[in-house]
Amino acid sequence: MGVSNGTPKDNGANGHGQTTEPVGRHPRGEGERSDSAVVGKPFVKVDSRSKVLGTMKFADDLTLPRMLHAKLLRSTEAHARIVSIDTTRAEALEGVYAVLTGRSMPITYGILPVSQDEHALCVDRVRYIGDPVAAVAAVDEETAEAACRAIDVVYERLTAIDSVKTALETPEPRIHDYGEEGNIHKRVDLEFGNVDEALASSHHVREDLFFYEGNTHLPLEQHASLAEWHPDGKVTLWSSTQTPHYVHRALAKVLELPPSRVRVVAIPNGGGFGGKSDIFNHEIVVAKLAMVTGRPVKICLTREEVFYCHRGRHPVLMRFRTGVDERGRILGMHSQTYIDGGAYGSYGVASTFYTGALQTVTYHVDRYKFDSVRCFTNKPPCGPKRGHGTPQPRFGLEVQIDKIAADLGLDPIEVRKQNLVEPHSMTANWLRVGSMGLGPCIDKVVEGSDWYSKFRKLPYGRGVGLACGSYLSGAGLPIYWNDMPHSGVQIKLDRSGGVAVFCGATDIGQGSDSVLAFIVADVLGIDPVDIRVVCGDTDLTPVDLGSYSSRVTLMMGNAAIEAAERARAPLAEAVSKKLSIPRSRLVFGGNRVFDAENPETGVTFAEAVQFAETSIGTIGSTGSYKPPRAPGRYKGAGVGPSPAYSYSAAVAEVDVDPETGLVAVERIWIAHDIGRSINPTLVMGQVEGSVYMGLGEALMEAMEYRGNRGVVHKFPSMLEYKSPTTMEMCDVVTYLIEDPDPNGPYGAKEVGQGPLLPIMPAVANAVFDAVGVRVDEVPISAEKVLKAILAKAEGKDGRYGPAKTPAVEWHEPHRVPPPWEGGDGRAIDDPKHMPVPLADPSGHRYKHDMSGD
Amino acid sequence: MSAPVPLTHITRARNGRPAKRRAQFTVNGEPVDVLFAPHKTLLEVLREDLNLTGTKHGCELGECGACAVLVDGEPVLACLVLGLDAEGRDVTTVEGMADGPALHPIQEAFAQYGAAQCGYCTPSFMLTAQVLLEKNPSPSRDEIREALSSSICRCTGYVKIYEAVELAAARMRGEEADILEEAIYGR
Repeated sequence: MGVSNGTPKDNGANGHGQTTEPVGRHPRGEGERSDSAVVGKPFVKVDSRSKVLGTMKFADDLTLPRMLHAKLLRSTEAHARIVSIDTTRAEALEGVYAVLTGRSMPITYGILPVSQDEHALCVDRVRYIGDPVAAVAAVDEETAEAACRAIDVVYERLTAIDSVKTALETPEPRIHDYGEEGNIHKRVDLEFGNVDEALASSHHVREDLFFYEGNTHLPLEQHASLAEWHPDGKVTLWSSTQTPHYVHRALAKVLELPPSRVRVVAIPNGGGFGGKSDIFNHEIVVAKLAMVTGRPVKICLTREEVFYCHRGRHPVLMRFRTGVDERGRILGMHSQTYIDGGAYGSYGVASTFYTGALQTVTYHVDRYKFDSVRCFTNKPPCGPKRGHGTPQPRFGLEVQIDKIAADLGLDPIEVRKQNLVEPHSMTANWLRVGSMGLGPCIDKVVEGSDWYSKFRKLPYGRGVGLACGSYLSGAGLPIYWNDMPHSGVQIKLDRSGGVAVFCGATDIGQGSDSVLAFIVADVLGIDPVDIRVVCGDTDLTPVDLGSYSSRVTLMMGNAAIEAAERARAPLAEAVSKKLSIPRSRLVFGGNRVFDAENPETGVTFAEAVQFAETSIGTIGSTGSYKPPRAPGRYKGAGVGPSPAYSYSAAVAEVDVDPETGLVAVERIWIAHDIGRSINPTLVMGQVEGSVYMGLGEALMEAMEYRGNRGVVHKFPSMLEYKSPTTMEMCDVVTYLIEDPDPNGPYGAKEVGQGPLLPIMPAVANAVFDAVGVRVDEVPISAEKVLKAILAKAEGKDGRYGPAKTPAVEWHEPHRVPPPWEGGDGRAIDDPKHMPVPLADPSGHRYKHDMSGD
Repeated sequence: MSAPVPLTHITRARNGRPAKRRAQFTVNGEPVDVLFAPHKTLLEVLREDLNLTGTKHGCELGECGACAVLVDGEPVLACLVLGLDAEGRDVTTVEGMADGPALHPIQEAFAQYGAAQCGYCTPSFMLTAQVLLEKNPSPSRDEIREALSSSICRCTGYVKIYEAVELAAARMRGEEADILEEAIYGR
């Protein structure tokens, strides 16, 4: 067993364990609380009933009196100078109220402070087909569309860059005049211990290339926004956004308004998956149009435009060079990623680091080197999609481990279990791992899938494959570096017994509003129905950074516990006085506050509030959360740290038709280490949804380009961008492992993204088991499988995948000794570097001592 | 004296566009009488002219299935049907599923299973499932899969949707059924 700490004990029929000692941030204080009444129970989501009634309002469902409709004119050129824009004809149309071009909003913005490279409307340059160049507000959508068609734009075409290779070979013209040299946006070179030395002393070294095609989120809801201008100088934007806080910042910046006069309301998203985490052109444009016209302005993107907005999975070419000992234990790994960023920065700098950050948190890597390059290309900008930068390297790593096991004649399960990262340890790149339930996850899916009676034993055409993964429970650092909380929660208690909870988090379908209500209800001992949740409104709610990086349950959850504990205190004080019972004996539960030793003595929750209001006045409280400081001190150490890491393992069983190469995934067994389920129904839904999205990426989803030098989207439609329907979706068998993490609320970790990670490599490994060929690419389409089968039949290498990487002039890496080689987490070329041994070496058990076993 | 202006021509064309036309049909059992531009789809008429925004759109091209409504009891994509084609028909939207204050068993089961994650495709799945269960009170998992293959859900992986339909089917057959432990807690 790779995991000894916090492994759940079996707790009855459902295997849904509980630890004896509470781990994680638990409500403390008044009295002994019995088991959680809400947390861990399948309460119905707070918004479920409005969703099934069809009464839930999404952004495009909103209307205001005198509302105008906006449309964007988008570039038909991939890379061009704007010579002139003539809006005269458009302005003359009846029903047109305003036409805007880029000159009206010259200030740039972007989600990251280091990539403020976007204009709301292009000023003098377009960078991809679909880049917005003008906007119209009109009486209805048709008039706005007609007006867009009446805008005359003259472009002067520039060389368009369609790939990383072309970008590296074509330093001029530069798509942006910032970043590294030429068309390189970002380059990373980091080394943790001498990897060449580790590889030289390895028993076996494998080098493999992989390619992961880009794909997109495809939320069912098209992005929509509504803006209203108030004559007192304030603007309000209602938008389908995952990140109202950052939209708030950008609106204030571009519109040159004091942030206090900008209000952003995040409307529940009809699916996000990372696709609504950027600041979008249309969000700024409708706000500006509302200011210009003095009327509310709404926009809803067409599906085609949603494809152009993109911000989805980066296409990544990868090289993995990994050295192991004779038992398959990893001694050194060199990971290289070549990233196609598309036309703008977006989250790209973070994405770049993420392609190298989490290789080390599943399997112990003794020495680790990571190089990466992200290039600008003239295609829709890539950004964060579920798993953000980590599914690509996870695919390569998990497939390579299977190849290594095959080379050495070892069991791929055993190889993985040999390498498991220790719980409560540090990785080579200075990430602090807390609870780590991957071992039990592997055991569950191996047992559940009857692995050992299938692996290498099924008839030709059928196979099984296993892979693992790990993900952050929230980024350890905020996008704008500061020491303020990442999440804030405010609670108002009413003498009626009703409770209102305010938080800046945004429900994108993952159930964050519900998690907030469940946690507060649990701490206050009341029914979640009696809680009113107000979320994602920059005027009304304390800041939460947004629904990205799987951060909400952990960060908002901890803030909610703190706020609820603080709200409970004055109630306990008042009840204690009133009933002459010591505070330590008071229990909050069942909508009552009562004496633990004498449960019939007590008051209702509403009465408790009334006593407290009588004694101290209006009752309110706040709570906040900031992640612990990460130990790494090197440049780039900001990406990767998290308060807690979730773990997943999956087995896929496939049926491959050797005549056509078609892969049918019949069933996936998945186990996920959730830490602790705040609500098991929601957790199961996230696991199943992640499996689904991973399956789509594994088999079919691809953002592909054609014609016009590879920069024209091949099929910006839902019919041709293939995604799994009910007929392609496999059966899913889910196991939840509860290995509570000390940093999680009630021990909870993330579930929204992690379970996607093992799916693609598990399918690839299963295809190999089925037909003996390797598709080292995602998606694993029939065409690729067939090519590999045919190649093998001709006596060639039974493989489909990239053969080479483009030439990059890598820099000398920043060398950071791993914790077990001393140092203080700084690079040795950092003037502040202190080559002192690690203060607390017990954090890491030096597992791979070459002199040992 | 000229003849009285027919009701269908009382609104004037603007920008040379055709005048509004009138349609009479029932929505969720109630008669509606509505004027709209003749090229408007049923989806647009429902959402924009009747303010029934429970019907969603994901593409407006007949690709995603999100706008499914029932016309004379059969699922159709409201984005591919003209509003005028609803004349004299019986249209059911998600707003018509509940029986007064009581949720339809399919709605209750979707809520209980968290089968509505973001909730955007949910109306289309529930209405399609309603037709399935009217025709086949005890569908197999494969029959549910087949019947619901016309809509895309990006959140759930469909699993909770199947489980909700099965739970609702059992209850509609009069059985005492509840959510399955293994569907909620895993195995």
